Order: sequence, then structure tokens, then C-alpha cells
Amino acid sequence: MTKIGVLALQGAFREHVQMLRSLGAETREVRLAGELDGLDGLILPGGESTTMCRLMTDFDLWEPVRAFHTSGGALWGTCAGAILLANTVEGVSPHLGAQPSLAVLDVTIQRNAFGRQVDSFVADISVKGLEGCFPAVFIRAPVFTRVGPDVEVLADWEGQTVLVRQGRVLASSFHPELSEDARLHAVFFELCSKKQKTHMPV
Amino acid sequence: MTSQTGSPRVKEGFAEMFKGGVIMDVVTADQARIAEAAGATAVMALERVPADIRQDGGVARMSDPSMIKEIIAAVSIPVMAKVRIGHFVEAQILQAIGVDFIDESEVLTPADEQFHILKDGFTVPFVCGAKNLGEALRRVGEGASMIRTKGEAGTGNVIEAVRHARTVLGDIRAIQSRPAEELMTVARDLQAPYELVKYVHEHGKLPVVNFAAGGIATPADAALMMQLGLDGVFVGSGIFKSANPERRAQAIVKAVTHYQNPDILAEVSEDLGAPMTGINIDELIPEERLATRGW
Repeated sequence: MTKIGVLALQGAFREHVQMLRSLGAETREVRLAGELDGLDGLILPGGESTTMCRLMTDFDLWEPVRAFHTSGGALWGTCAGAILLANTVEGVSPHLGAQPSLAVLDVTIQRNAFGRQVDSFVADISVKGLEGCFPAVFIRAPVFTRVGPDVEVLADWEGQTVLVRQGRVLASSFHPELSEDARLHAVFFELCSKKQKTHMPV
Repeated sequence: MTSQTGSPRVKEGFAEMFKGGVIMDVVTADQARIAEAAGATAVMALERVPADIRQDGGVARMSDPSMIKEIIAAVSIPVMAKVRIGHFVEAQILQAIGVDFIDESEVLTPADEQFHILKDGFTVPFVCGAKNLGEALRRVGEGASMIRTKGEAGTGNVIEAVRHARTVLGDIRAIQSRPAEELMTVARDLQAPYELVKYVHEHGKLPVVNFAAGGIATPADAALMMQLGLDGVFVGSGIFKSANPERRAQAIVKAVTHYQNPDILAEVSEDLGAPMTGINIDELIPEERLATRGW
């Protein structure tokens, strides 16, 4: 059975767990490195990326998650989670300096690219490979301002890239866990089930 | 393709992102930076923390917009700010300057002794305090996107926060056990909207995120509120009125993530320096109690 973990340091991890369970996946909340053992994939949820970075550092999670990916584990970051995956992060806090990241996805991501909370919005977007529209919830959302040559763009909104895939890494600037639509979770579930060990992580 | 701002999904969804996190009261940009570096999921910008409001007395109002803007510029995490109960013009001002969340708070002196703000009409989301389920559902009915237990702010004493959490969560369990045909009477008794009572009956939880607040001063206090079943915590005077705000802020953030892990809680509770002094709530005269504000 496919086992998918959800990073549960902070944020909307319960919603991801519920979505995955509705698809028949076995799930586990991950707060410490040891809890990655035996998983096929890991979701990094939305929340506050600065908070998650702080806790990733405090509880020594950066290297174990990177190693989990290198050994074949699929990753999916949503909103703040996508920021944790990116090679380069822009729009960081003025006093904190460069934000650490896993750097397993060859993109530059810009934090809070659409503005503050009063600018947050819901939009129907079209996603490559899915029939019909997907109801995307953008909350103080980031966008991918540069995508590397091996990164496939799966969706954009008004010219901004909002959903990408590189091998066994998926990243969305919106929150599929907040809509009733489980199709993107099904895409990730499939990615985890395939166990393609051939992908060379960046 | 069109997009929509300010919908309940966007406002309530934003509140979901704070879950498992700590929202910290700050009165200066420097404090906001300390809170962000410690891992706060948001900061609450205000002129005086509840402990000082208690001490100084006088009318407590919305903060100076220039001070809030300074805090917005200092950090990248969301910034919240407080308005007086019923003061919808203060709320309009905070929305205009781009505050991410408004707390219609009993900690400030109320502006209206009968009515709360109709929050539905705002693009910015609101959090409101509650002592029991009826109060929580009335606020959600007015459009609040997040609820926090009131506790007794500025006391460093967690007893009221525990009382309010147990009351709200106990009320929820009681409703779940009632047959559907009794729910209209339950709604009447709670003075809460029927549709929301039905939601609670069906889902066993509030329709929005439910945080703890008022009197949380230690990592153990924060973990206690999480184990009782709340989604996250607000810490007011507890951090910047303690001996070592930096360490205490970091420890409370870690305690909320690992609230079910006593080994980690023990580790993060060590060597934090003196907590805020605190006030025994039995010594407060009724007029000094903030939690009773709100209707």
C-alpha cells in the first residue's frame, strides 16, 4: 500500500491527510526525521514558510528530507511547502536574509507575489492533464518567477506560473487541500505509487 | 476566467494556515523581528500589551496606523491588529492600510455595548474571542473567520483559557450527542444560528479555526491548550514581559508543534529565565475582567 507522509510542523497538514485518506492512501504525520521511514512520498503543506524553516532547522530535518528524496521519495509542496522545495527564494523578510530551502526543484519562487491577504483570491485555472477547471485557492501566494529547463509548467494564472513538476517533485503556489477537488492529490498519489527510482533529483 | 477576493473560502482558508502555530503580540518593529525569527506564524501589532493595558487603565484603542505600517515593513509574516468591539470604522482603517487579519478584541475598551461588527462585508478576515459555543457561533454568524478562546488577557494565568476551551469543546461534544430534531431548541438556548448548530452537530467542530488565548505564559501552557484540542495559540504579554523573550518565543513555537511529545516539551522548557509575573484571577475585581466583554 502506498504510504504518504505529511510534514506536520505547522499549517494545513490535516486537510492534506484527509484528502489522501479519501483516496485510499495510508498517511502519517511527520514531525521528526525518523518518521520518514517507509514512506513513498511526502507533502509539505501550506502555512508560514519562515515558521517551517525555523522548525526544519531546529529539529534537523533538511538533510533527512533531501535524503528521502534522493532515495526515491516523491515530494509535493503547496504554497509555503513549495517555497521549501525551491532552489532560490525571493521576497524574504528584510532582516532574516536568505531563507534556507531543500533546493530539490530548479525554480526561483517569489513569496507573497500577489500581495497581502486582502489580495488573496480563488480562481478557476486549467491544469495540464486535467479535464475542466481546477478551483485554485491562492492565499498570500508565491509564484514561480523562473523555471529551469527540466521543469514542466502544468498551470499558470494571468501569465504567472503556479503549478510545476520536475520528476518526482510537484509544487503548487495555491492550496488544493482547501478545495473539495481531490484530482491533484490523485496525481501525486500516482506519482508516489509508481516508485520510479530512475529520476535523478536535482 | 475570473478571480474572487474576500470570499469565506479565502478568509477561512488563511486562518487554516496559522494552525499548529503561535501568534505573538508585539508593540515595536524590533519585537516583530524577534517574533518572526523565533518562528511566529503571525504578529499582532498593538500599542500596549494586555498586561500594560491592565496596569495603565484608560481607554485602549486601535493602534496608530504608522506604527502598524512600520511593523508590516519590518517582517514578511502576516500582521494582525486589534479593533474595539463594534468599532467598524477602526476596522475600515486597518483594512485600508493592508493589515492581514483584524482581531475584534475584548482586550481593547469596547466601542459598542450591544453589537459586534458585521464582518461579512469586509475583505480582510476577522478573529473574535469567545467564552462558550453560543458566543463563538454568533461571531461566526457575523462573519468571523477564526475564533480564539478569551482567557483572561494580561494575567499570565492560564486558568480562564482552560475554562473557555473546555466549555467550547464540551458544548460541541454535547451537541454531537443530541438527536437532529432537538437542534432548533439547542440553537435557541445557545442564542446561535441554527445552520451553524447543525454544522457543529454534523462535523463535531467549529466551522472555523479555533485558537487559544489569554494567559498563556509557558511552553507547557501552550501544549496544554493544544492537547485540550485547540488549533494553535496566541501569546500576548507572556513573551515580551518575560526575562528572555527570544528564548521563550522559540520554546513556545516548538512546544506547539511537538505538543504530544513530553520529552521535547521537557527539553524546550529548560532555562527560559523568569516568566511574566502573573496575576491570580481571584484577586481581580469584576470590572477588571476583560473576558466578560462581548455579547
